[in-house]
Parts: sequence; structure tokens; C-alpha cells
Amino acid sequence: MRHTISVLVNNEFGVLARIAGLFSGRGFNIESLCVAETIDPRISRMTIVTSGDDKILEQINKQLNKLIDVIKVHDFTGEEYIERELALIKVTATATNRAEILSIVDIFRAKVVDVSPRTYTIEITGDEEKISAITELLRPFGIKEIVRTGRIAMARSPKVK
Amino acid sequence: MKKTGAQIFVECLLKEGVDTIFGFPGGAVLPIYDELYNAPIRHILVRHEQGAVHMADGYARATGRPGVVVVTSGPGATNTVTGIATAYMDSVPVVVFTGQVPTPLIGNDAFQEADIVGITRPCTKHNYLIKDVRDLARKIKEAFYVATTGRPGPVLVDLPKDVLTDSVEFVYPETVRMESYQPTYRGHQGQIKKALNLILKAKRPVVYAGGGVLLSNASEELKKFVTKLNLPITTTLMGLGAFPGTHPLFMGMLGMHGTYCANMAVTNTDCLIAIGARFDDRVTGKVDEFAPYADIIHIDIDPTSISKTIKVDIPIVGDVRNVLRDMLKILPSVGGLREYKKSLKEWHRQIKEWASTHSLAYTQDMKGGIKPQFVIEKLYELTKGDAIVTTEVGQNQMWAAQYFKFDSPRTFLTSGGLGTMGFGFPAAIGAQIAFPKKTVIDIAGDGSIQMNIQEMATAVQYKLPVKVAIINNRFLGMVRQWQELFYNKRYSYSCLGVLPDFVKLAESYGGVGLRATKPDEVEPVIKKALEIKDRPVLMDFVVNPEEDVYPMVPAGQPINKMLLV
Ligand SMILES: Cc1ncc(C[n+]2csc(CCOP(=O)(O)OP(=O)(O)O)c2C)c(N)n1
Repeated sequence: MRHTISVLVNNEFGVLARIAGLFSGRGFNIESLCVAETIDPRISRMTIVTSGDDKILEQINKQLNKLIDVIKVHDFTGEEYIERELALIKVTATATNRAEILSIVDIFRAKVVDVSPRTYTIEITGDEEKISAITELLRPFGIKEIVRTGRIAMARSPKVK
Repeated sequence: MKKTGAQIFVECLLKEGVDTIFGFPGGAVLPIYDELYNAPIRHILVRHEQGAVHMADGYARATGRPGVVVVTSGPGATNTVTGIATAYMDSVPVVVFTGQVPTPLIGNDAFQEADIVGITRPCTKHNYLIKDVRDLARKIKEAFYVATTGRPGPVLVDLPKDVLTDSVEFVYPETVRMESYQPTYRGHQGQIKKALNLILKAKRPVVYAGGGVLLSNASEELKKFVTKLNLPITTTLMGLGAFPGTHPLFMGMLGMHGTYCANMAVTNTDCLIAIGARFDDRVTGKVDEFAPYADIIHIDIDPTSISKTIKVDIPIVGDVRNVLRDMLKILPSVGGLREYKKSLKEWHRQIKEWASTHSLAYTQDMKGGIKPQFVIEKLYELTKGDAIVTTEVGQNQMWAAQYFKFDSPRTFLTSGGLGTMGFGFPAAIGAQIAFPKKTVIDIAGDGSIQMNIQEMATAVQYKLPVKVAIINNRFLGMVRQWQELFYNKRYSYSCLGVLPDFVKLAESYGGVGLRATKPDEVEPVIKKALEIKDRPVLMDFVVNPEEDVYPMVPAGQPINKMLLV
């Protein structure tokens, strides 16, 4: 099963390598990883999407906690939380299909952030399904490039700092 | 007053109470060495940086105090890696200081640059690259704190040369507080009560104790706990000495080369009490069939050890000594202890029956070749067990574990987790430095001893009467044994064709060399060795080449399926 885990870490040199090394060294999976400073610049948050059975997740949780630079680990599984990804999609836009593309963008509440004679670049945020859905709809027009961030998440009730 | 990084380094060691360090100089650490020239700290000059780490490790295992190492950058640093990994696997507090190229050169492939923080990240408990002399004192304080608290382990501190020469006002932080590192020392009281209730309901309880008991200095508490309840006990390799080896409740070591009795008891127990042990594969054999009838209680300070390989029923995260003390506190109020002990009578009878198979029995034909087991038993007898024993890795290690009886904690030092050949001799030197008056013996193989034999010079230089007992079978014995049993006796590259003359080798370093080739020479050689007090002695016991270690559980088999002699 998939889990989204939030990890608060000391904003120290080499922390990312410690976390990545832990996952690779112990054969744990990383599907996506996002890192950024929190409000407190001494602390960073990593949002990790991983998968495994209960036993593996228990170990991931404990092993992360064991790292000296890890302050707090929180697994969102089983609770209400908001998750978002952002994608930039560059799609072929010709005179004949521009209107159709714009209506898809509109329906998904996405934005066109760059225009060239032959392309539109579309910015979309949402959960994974939403991004997959718009990608599928745009595919027939010819997608030139997609860049996606990893997932970030926040509990609906203020459980995590 | 302003001080240089190198001066601060020495001040910090003194504040930490360090009186001995193990090291080897080089360009990047010259500022430190210049300070050491007059410092009130004893520096042991080793012959190889791996030796330095094993010495610090042996010193730490024997004393419980952190061992300290200083080496230079690049090759000096990379040479420490095996030593660090060894300490890491066995949770030994060692602090390793490595030199580094000056900060502006880091990342430039400078001369003798190695990313030692990157290299050792997975085999240290934590490590630091100091980039600013202003951080130095605090990080050194942290390094010692992290190494020695919680589940102990090695910590590495990388010191760029410019950090050592820069100056700053020296303020020593008297305390450390790390928000992100707060080990749990007290066990959960509810869990502790639950565990006691479970034990008191058990008909066939067994205690399985590991190295964690030694690390938390809980041997006294363990003995009280075990004897109060009259519980049969086995220990892991790492736990030997945590409970008296000569005590009637002790069943011997368990696992791959454990006793028949210990393995049968664990297989049949209905309540396994794991204390400071981690269910290593050399202990469990086939995981699904390990202690199949038991409810398992597991006391350990490291939450990751709990339910890692085997699901436990009652986990207690905490320092072993604290948890045992809490249990002992509750015990008097429980009542019914006398009946409980009585109810274990049948179980003790069964255990006695298993023990009566004498799975470690062997016969020494006094007219034949020397048996390795005989050498170890003689060492035990002639030292009356009053010695610190280290081992190399292989058959020598297993025989030492089986035939020497360890009655006190921190007297058996062995590389259990990593299984590092070349550990025993430098570790013995470290232990001897900590306890100059004690008899310290490295039980060695002819293969392993050659992996750090250069430290003979160190032992001679510091007049250390370390004894090395080579069980010389002319083979990489343990490899040969597996090839004999599982690869149709195809001894592929396990015969050591060429060996040095160990007696002459010892003498060439300025030590003493002795040899026994017949059983009746064993005793006089040991006696002679024990009399030497001012230099190392190497005893070359030329033994039967194809002796095997038994009992043995083939890898991956359940531990009650043992090969016996
Ligand atoms: C550094 C290292 N290399 C290889 C091994 C694999 N190994 C385990 S036991 C053994 C044989 C050891 O031979 P020896 O020191 O002569 O001891 P014996 O088994 O004969 O007592 C080997 C090669 C190891 N444990 N450590």
C-alpha cells in the first residue's frame, strides 16, 4: 500500500543524503520526494511517498526516527489530508485546436503560463488523479514535455506542525 | 581567550575525560599532532588506521568508555572504514576524528581528499563535517554524546585543516540538548507489568540475553532477575559474560553453533524473554520456526530492533538496566513466586536431559594431534577464567565462545555483527591498554592474525603483554568447514599454502614466540606465556587441520535441526 509520509529534519548539510541512503540501503521504495524549508529556517520538511506492507512501513517509520537529524515522522495514512502535486505540460497547439485545449484548461482550472506559435505550456495543481486525467485529455494533441513535482501533503486537522 | 581549532580539539578531549587516543599522523592533521606533542593525553601510535579503530573499539568494549581515534585525510580516513563498520554492527561507542583538506579545496579532488562523511554515512551512528571553527566545540560535545547514549555506536568527525588553524573564543558547552535525538530510557510501566504477568503464567520460560545487557551494564540486574525466578538462560555470542558462564541456570550460547540444550529450550519454550538481543539470523536460523510456541517479550533500547525479523508480543522500549530494575521492584509485590519456581520443576528436568547430551564433548588423544578445543579449555583452566578474551573470526571465534567460560561482563570481545577478521589482535591491545595488569588473550586463526599482524610493533613499543593464541590449522578453517559440509569437500582457495614462521615473526618484532605441536606441549607453552609481563607473546598451536565446529545448524535451517558430532 502507498503511504505519504512527512518528515521534519534539521536543515543540515547532508540530511537529504542520509534519508536517501536509508531508503536505498534498506531496500525501501521512494516514489516521490519533496524537500523545502519550513517556517523555521533551521528545519526542513520532506514529503515522501513510499509503499510497502505494514511491517515495512513500521520499519521505515522507526528507521527514519532513528536518524539523528530527524525530528518528527508522520504517516498520513488513515486520516483526512490534502495532497497536491504541480505539473507543467507543454502541448502542441495549432490554430485549429487551440480553443479545444483552452476549454480543457478551463474545466480543470489550470492555467496557460507560456505561449509560443506552436505550443501552450499549462500549469496544473491537484492530486495525482487530476493531473493524470488532464494529461490523458491533452495527449491526443501531442504532449512535448511534462515536468511534475512530487507530492506534498497537509493534514486537514492541524495535527502536524 | 582565543584558541585554534587544534587547541580546542585537545581541550574538548580533556573535558570529555579522554586520557588515551589511538592514531596515525598525516598532513591534514599536523595541527592536531603539534598540539598533542605536549598534551596530557596518551597517544598510541598504531601501524595501520584499521588497527587504531579496533584498538579504540576493544578499549571501549572492555571499559564502557568511548574509544577515540585520530587519523589523517584520504587514505588515513578510508583505512578506518572496516573498523567503524565493525563498531557500528556491535553498537560500540567509538569517536573517530579524521583530517580533511581545507574547506576551500573540498570537492576539488585535492591531494588526499576523500568524502569520508559520505563513505561512512551508512556505517556510523552519526557523522559530522565541521565547516567552521565556531561549531567545533559543540559538535565534538555532540559527537561524544551521540556515541555513548541510547544504543551506542561510532561517530565520525571530519576536520578540515583550515578549521584546525582558524581561531575563535573557546567556550565549552557543558550540556547538550538535541531536539531530534532523545533516546527512551524508561520502559513503559504497563508493558513491564504485562510482561511479568506473562512470565509468571509460563510453564517453559527461557531468557535469551544479548550484547545489550553488557552495553547497559545490566549484568547484576539480569542475574538477580534470572535467579529470583529460577529461569533457564541462554545468551548470544555478543551476550557472553552478561550472565555467569558457570552458573547452573546457564545453558550455553544459542544459534548456529549454540549448544543442543539452548537451541532445544528456545524451540520448545512457551515464553521467550529477549533482553538486549536483536534476533540475528545466526541466532534464529529459519525465522518461521524460531521459538514457534512462544509468546515473545522483547526489551531493547532501539525501537528498530523490535519486530524487525520476528513479531514480538510484548515490546518494551527502554534501557535494559532500567527495565530490569523496574521488574525487580515490582516482583516482591506479585506473590506466588515460590509456587511459580516449583511449577518450573518439570521444565528444568527436561533441560537437564537436553544438557546431558553434552553437545560440546570431544576427546583429546594425548598421543595424537592437538585439538583446538583442548587449547581453549587449557587457556581457561590455566588463567582460571580470569582474563579478557578477544577473538578473530571463524572457527577460532566459535571455539573460544564454546569452551571458555565467561563469568564477568566485558571479558569477551568479539566481532559478532560484521565478523571482521583482523579484529581480535588490535582489540586485545586496546583492552590491555585499558587494563595493564589483566591477562588479555586474542584467540586467533592463522588466517585472521595476518590481517593486522603489523600491530605487533605497537604492542612491543608500549610493552603490552598481550597474548595471541593462534589456532593454526593451515586453513581458512571456517570456510573449509562449509566447503567440506556443503560443497563436497572442494577446498577452493581455503588452504593457506604459505604461512610465516609465527615464532620468528613475533621475535622479529621484538615479541616472544612459542610453539606447541603436541598435546602435552600445550600447557607448558601457555604457562610460559602467562609469565611474560613486558611484551607480547605469540603462541603458535599447530592443531589438527580438519577439525570442525559442532554443533552446527546449517544456514537457513531451524535451530533444533543441528548437526552433532
Ligand atoms: C575480513 C574478512 N574477510 C573474509 C572473511 C570470511 N571468513 C570468515 S571465517 C574465514 C576463515 C578464517 O580463517 P582463520 O583466521 O584461519 O580462522 P579459522 O576459521 O581457521 O579458525 C573467512 C575467510 C571475514 N570474516 N572477514
